[in-house]
Parts: sequence; C-alpha cells; structure tokens
Amino acid sequence: MPAPIAPLRISAYTVTSAAGSGKAALHAALRDGRSALSANDFGPTPLATWIGRVAGVESTPLPAPLAAWECRNNRLAWLGLNGDAFIDAVHAARERHGAARVAVVLGTSTSSIGATEDAYRHLDARGEFPAGNRNPRVHTPHSLADFVHEALDLEGPCVTVSTACSSSAKVFATAERMLRLGLVDAAIVGGVDTLCGSVLFGFNALQLVSPEPCRPFDADRSGISLGEAAGFALLERMDDEAPMLATVAGPRGGAAGLGAARRSAGLYLIGYGESSDAHHMSTPHPEGLGAERALDDALARADIDAAAVDHINLHGTASAKNDEVEAALVARRFPASTHASSTKGITGHTLGSAGIVEAAACLLAIEHGIRPGTVNTRVLDAACGPQIRIDAVRAPVRIALSNSFGFGGNNCVLVFADADAGRRP
Amino acid sequence: MTASSPSATFHVEGIAFWAPTLPGWAAARAAFCGEAEPLAMPAKRPAPEILAPAERRRAPDTVALALEVAAAAVRDSGLDAATLPSIFTSAHGDLAVNDYMCSTLASQPTLLSPIKFHNSVHNAAAGYWTIATGCHEASTALTAFDASFGAGLLAAASQCVADATPVLLVAFDVEATGALASVTASAGMLACALVLAPHPSARTVAAFDWALAPGGDGPPELRSAAARSLADNAMAGALPFLEAIAVASRGGSPDETASGGASLDRKAPVAEAAPAGRAAASISLPLSRSLAIALTPRSSAHASAEATS
Repeated sequence: MPAPIAPLRISAYTVTSAAGSGKAALHAALRDGRSALSANDFGPTPLATWIGRVAGVESTPLPAPLAAWECRNNRLAWLGLNGDAFIDAVHAARERHGAARVAVVLGTSTSSIGATEDAYRHLDARGEFPAGNRNPRVHTPHSLADFVHEALDLEGPCVTVSTACSSSAKVFATAERMLRLGLVDAAIVGGVDTLCGSVLFGFNALQLVSPEPCRPFDADRSGISLGEAAGFALLERMDDEAPMLATVAGPRGGAAGLGAARRSAGLYLIGYGESSDAHHMSTPHPEGLGAERALDDALARADIDAAAVDHINLHGTASAKNDEVEAALVARRFPASTHASSTKGITGHTLGSAGIVEAAACLLAIEHGIRPGTVNTRVLDAACGPQIRIDAVRAPVRIALSNSFGFGGNNCVLVFADADAGRRP
Repeated sequence: MTASSPSATFHVEGIAFWAPTLPGWAAARAAFCGEAEPLAMPAKRPAPEILAPAERRRAPDTVALALEVAAAAVRDSGLDAATLPSIFTSAHGDLAVNDYMCSTLASQPTLLSPIKFHNSVHNAAAGYWTIATGCHEASTALTAFDASFGAGLLAAASQCVADATPVLLVAFDVEATGALASVTASAGMLACALVLAPHPSARTVAAFDWALAPGGDGPPELRSAAARSLADNAMAGALPFLEAIAVASRGGSPDETASGGASLDRKAPVAEAAPAGRAAASISLPLSRSLAIALTPRSSAHASAEATS
C-alpha cells in the first residue's frame, strides 16, 4: 500500500461542458438534474446518437497572437481557461512562484485530431495537407498542453498525459509527484477533449454508442453518449508543507514531515490511486480488479476508510460492461450511506476530459453541499447496491471520490475533501 | 549551470534499444562509442516474444517496438515486470494507425475498424504491455512533442524518487506515413527503455544526479555518427542521454554484449570506465523552450556510499 500523502490545495478550478461555461453552469445542472445532451449534429455525416456539445466553440476564434494554434480542441481549451477568471489565478501563481516554477500537466484522449481529420478531407492536389492547416504542433497529441503553456506564458515543465478516458484524472497524480518533490510550486492540471470523427465513429464501431440520451446504471441502458469539455485546476502545496527534496540552503522535508502542515479553509486533493487492469484493450476486467486496486491505493494515500466517503462520482458511462463491473465494486466496498451517482447523463462521456469534469463535480458537491443524481436513468440495474442513486439530495459532502477508467485498462481514482475532513484519528 | 530545483538521483538498472540499423543495446552501445558500425541492411520491425504469435503479427509498429525494448530492459534489470510502474512516452503515437483513421473517416467513416480504433489511443503500447506481463501497477502514457524523451524521463525519475520504487521508462516513435508525412517529421523506428531505481544494486549500469535547470539551448550535440544517423526520428531526443550511458558504461566485455539486452560489465566502476574528462560532463535535455532536465553522471564511489548509508 502506498504511504499517505500531504493534501494539495486546489487554489482555483473551472469547468466548461455542454452544461455551459464555468462552475455555476455545471452546479445548476447538478442541482436541477438537467441533461445537457442534444441530438447529434456534429460533422458532415452525423450518426443517430446524442452528444454533449459545447455551444459557441465555432463562433469563438483564438485571439490573434495564438491564431497558429487554431483547432476545435484549442478553442475549447481557450474558452475553458477564460471561465471563472481562471487565467487570473494562474497569473497570480506565476507572480507568486515564478514562471519556471509552475507546471502544466494536461490530459486529453484525441487532442487536435479533429484538425487532422479535417485536413484529410481537404488534401491538396499532391495529397498533402492544405495551406492554412499545416502547423506541425497542432497535428500531434501534445498540441493541448503545448498551446496552454504558451497561452499562459509559463516556463515550467509541460506535458500531455494521454491514457484515454483516465487522462485528466491521472494528471493530478503526475503533478502531485512534481509538487511533493519540490520540482515546482504550482501546477495547472486538467484536460480538454472535443467531439471528432475518430471518437464518434470509433465508439460506434465498438457498438458502444447509444441511439438515445445515455442512462447510466439503468437496467435498460443502451450505451454511451459522447461529449466534449474543458476543465482546469490550480494545485499548490499547503503553505507550511516542506517539499520532499532538500535544496542546498533549504530545510529537509521528507516523509516524516508529510501532512504536518495544517489545512486552511478551502478544497484539497487528499489522495489518488492509479492501476492497470492487465485484461483487455477495450473491455474492463470482469471483477473490477484494476478499479479496486486504484480505489485501495487512493484510500491509502488519503489515509481514510471507504466508510468516510460521502459521495462518489462514478465512471458510469452507461456501457453494459462498465456499469455492471463498477456497480458490483461499489456494492461490495461502500456502506449504504455513501451516495454514488454518474453525471454522464448531464455532460455525456467527455473521454480525456472526463477526469477533470468529474473532479469539478466533486468539488462543487463539497462546496455546495449537494449529492448529485444520475440524470436520465429511470430504473436502476439489479446489480446496483443502495449506494447508487437516481435523485440528487442536499446533504453535506466532506469527502468525495471520483472514478475514471480508460481503454488499455488504465484506471485512476481521485479523492477530494474540504479543509477538515479525512485522516484517521 | 544553475539548477532551478533541488536534485535527486536515479540508478539505471536495465537498458534496451532498438532501431532498424542498431537492433539491440549491445550494437547501439558499441556504435555510440565509435567501436562498431550500424548495420548496412536494416532489420525489419522487431517481433517481441512477449506477445503471442498472432498478436505479434497484428500489433501496430509502435506496440511491437515498445514491447521489444520494454521486455529487454526489464530482463536486463533482473526485476519482475509485474512489479514495475511504467511511463510510456512517444511524440506522435502510432502514425500509421492515425493515417488509417483519418483516411477512413474522410472516405467511409462507418467502416472504421474497432480494433484500429482502440489501437489509436496514445496508451495502446502501455495497455498491451500491462496485459502481456500481468502488471497491475500504474502506467502513464504521455507526450511533449520534441521534448517527449525529457518529459518521460522527468516523469519516471519523479515517480522513482517520490514513491521510492523502480520505474520502467519506454520511449518510441515510428515513421510518418501517408498525408500526415506532409506535416509530421519522423523517419524510421527508434525505441529505448530504461529501468530506473532509487538505489544502486549489483546490476547498476550508470547513475545520474538530476535537477531542473534553465534551458533554451536546444538538444545537446550528438557525439557519434551512429547516433546522428538516427536524428530524423521524433524520439531522437533520447540519443544524447543514451550516448552518455554508452560512454559511462564503456569497458563492457564484448562477449557479454552478445546476450540479449544484458550488455555491460557490471563490475566495472562507472567513473573509471569512462574516458577521463567525460565522466563528470552534465547533459541537459530540453523540457520546454526555456527549461531542461540536467543530468550529471555519478561516480561509483558515490553510489556505494549511498548503498551502505
């Protein structure tokens, strides 16, 4: 089992999804149980399915100095960065710590592939990419973090994590290691994924796309609804938490000092777990072995028992297999008092950005004392225990956990808390 | 060079390399030291024995390449693959699969192959690796364009120190194909894998102190003609570091180099084996336009002192 970690402060966060721009829009959808899915109208030959499409991406070009980065994914990244004055929080962190001491660690599954698909539909007479869509830094998966790094004028480490649907959950783990060591003093984490032909027709080829709005954990669920989103969070060590590695002049931190600092009011990442199913490229382990291992590691790093978890934002894609395996895991590991639900019926499955969208949903749950429901779902599958709920309720949330599971059997579980929650006595 | 972060240390416990003209670390190490020539007749793509024969044939080039070097490096380390967290870094992922996806979407999108789709994820090689080895540990696939090797090394070294665990780092890129080749520059195949550990062992190949440092000077110059012949691959950023390990571990017996990935004389003190004046030279691998990871080879005396402290 991994050792407990010192909580990281979430100094700012924002989310933009089909539910709207900024935290307030997602909060309203969570509170009202409102689905933001719409009939698919994406691309030249839309499949008969439902999508979570962000309004206004087409009409919001990048500012002129960033125009070389034009593509749907970077536009959504820019829209997202402008939500909730997140850019101002980043600039303040840059002033506090210095541009080289702020990392950019972002997750995406398909990044700018939509721009590459578009180029293939408009190849020139020589079979090459058309003029105006030839920036090599766009037609590659690092486009996302590369763009954000430049847009925020930062000089620290810059990396794109791409592990399919766990991508923007795993960024918290990658950034936590850099922060704990003291390589940086702040990290911009998050992720962006946009609707594109690859995922719509790809999931269609796997027969996982639903013809109706997705109904997670419903006995009659018929597959997933794809969505797009952008979300970001600013992570920092607590004020008096010493980093693990000593500088020549600085104090020696290390394991003995972990968690010694006191948490001030606010929101915290208190644990995470990462694991591999080692089972199949696109089907979860039938007993949820990898998912359970990620859960165990997350609880160990947070130094809490499963019973301390008030709310779980489930991966809950509404695919037959995911929901069956995840429902069984929750039923055997959590007490009936834990309120678990999936928000995919609101936003759709936003793939590489699902981790940060659902991290934001957990943080909103803690801030506003709301335990969200499972929108669109009518009758729960018999596999569900008493933890999985259809309706939202108003109740305090001190500790919230988020599941993200991706292709390749790549799993990540995050644990968030308010200032006082967590830690065994 | 002024470090802008505190420094830490990793020990290289296993190493592997594959390129069509240097299909294995033994050949590459000798060529990087100027003691041998790359093959005149390039090898075909590797056929990793860790995959079942049918999977071996069907696997995308990136998967065959990554699993070949991952298996060789882990074998070299003597560690159990199932116990190792892993970092897989690649600038572009599988360019042939991406070319197929985009071509098919432009012509007959409803005929897209479901297997090609799940092979198109950036973590495909990581997924196949964990399945092939029964590994349930954390596995992270990442990219940082032309800084992908440095970013992968930073992630692996960070995890190694932060969690006091050996970590497998796998780095690979393949040739750009189809219309993608008009914007994406990557030639041939190139892959390497390293097992990094927090503490030295009898198998330690080399050790490095590392820290973040101001960058902006671009990648270090390559010493050898053999490395320069591979410079057009998108993972060429690994070559300066691999040359440094080759030089630091010079003096291995040629007989040992013949057996798979295990190619170095483990008993040779690292510092004494390297030519004078070169052992202590730092190299600096770019992480972004203004930041680098600075690596300084450690002498074996330091490594032993730490082992007994």
